[in-house]
Amino acid sequence: MEIKVLGPGCPNCRKMEEIVKKAINEMGVDAKLEKVSDIAEIMKYTMSTPGLVINGKLKHSGKPLPPIEKIKALIKEEIGQ
Amino acid sequence: MLKVIASYATYNILGLAHGSRLADAVEFFIYDTIKIFLLLAAIIFAVSVIRSYFPPERTKKILSHKKEFIGNVMASLLGIVTPFCSCSAVPLFIGFVEAGVPLGVTFSFLISSPMVNEVAVVLLWGLFGWRIAAIYISAGLLVAMLGGFIIGKLKLEKWVQDYVYKLHFDGAAEAAKQPFKERILYARRNTADILKRVWLFVLIAIGIGGFIHGYAPQDFLVRYAGPHNPFAVPVAVLIGVPLYSNAAGVIPIVYALMEKGLSTGTVLAFMMSVTALSLPEMIILRKVLKVQLLIVFTAIMTVTIIAVGYLFNAIL
Repeated sequence: MEIKVLGPGCPNCRKMEEIVKKAINEMGVDAKLEKVSDIAEIMKYTMSTPGLVINGKLKHSGKPLPPIEKIKALIKEEIGQ
Repeated sequence: MLKVIASYATYNILGLAHGSRLADAVEFFIYDTIKIFLLLAAIIFAVSVIRSYFPPERTKKILSHKKEFIGNVMASLLGIVTPFCSCSAVPLFIGFVEAGVPLGVTFSFLISSPMVNEVAVVLLWGLFGWRIAAIYISAGLLVAMLGGFIIGKLKLEKWVQDYVYKLHFDGAAEAAKQPFKERILYARRNTADILKRVWLFVLIAIGIGGFIHGYAPQDFLVRYAGPHNPFAVPVAVLIGVPLYSNAAGVIPIVYALMEKGLSTGTVLAFMMSVTALSLPEMIILRKVLKVQLLIVFTAIMTVTIIAVGYLFNAIL
């Protein structure tokens, strides 16, 4: 599974990355986490950062950050498919 | 009802003596704290629900190819309800320009969004009354419309970084329709999120109101920036421009300045210059704008905010 956190480097984006990392670890899924800060790359998905992309699909964008349970649910959704 | 709770807490729970200065201050503090936090929670929640209907993708679509003036008016209003954090300024700017939103209209949005928002309005309302809050909203909208309109008229597209016009996207995903229950959940999270960020500043502001109230000496601030100094507004604005804070962070200072007897227009102009213009924002915008446009933008904003400050000092 490929997970991307989109953000130019603001505090919220860093927080998002941490939460996602934690979610992956706790679930023990095999996922590649990538932090995307290139504007052109971010804008392929959304205008509002931070963004969360799982397997090429935009799952969340903007503030407020989703709680960790929500992120886990989004990851599970992708595993199920 | 709130008054009863506040006086019960002051005299029965804390056991303070009736009529003492401390008891008055404590009662005022408790009353204001409950009132303002209830207001904040209710209004942020309501605005968040409205906000969930206006993701940036939708706002972009509404504003795309809008005529000047009407576009500036709509962008300033949408700036209030469209969620946007300053770190998204760059993708947002590019997205707008790319979608054919005129440059001046984009600026109206960028100006209004951080300056006029529900937190600023509720805090001004709770601390100074609805009139001051209404004045701030109209002043902020006026500055956003005017600033964006002037930038549009000056035709400064050449001072946008060239790469902005070269990027092309297959139209970012349209925000999905969400069920109403999702919106309520979002609003609840957003309210908690904002309250967590602002509560300390709010308490400090109320504290200043409760404890400095009446003690504030007429000191040098009033002598130099008071109603009798014709340069009070530009001085306050020039001090505020490089300072950076969101609306909640600047509120304690705003309260202190009001208490010291500065004119309303002067203080509101100061607040606008702090929230609308800042060094960190300039650094972020530098990624999409050339230096010339940044300078023009800062100059136009400074002049417009000063003008609005004078206007309110004159009519209030």
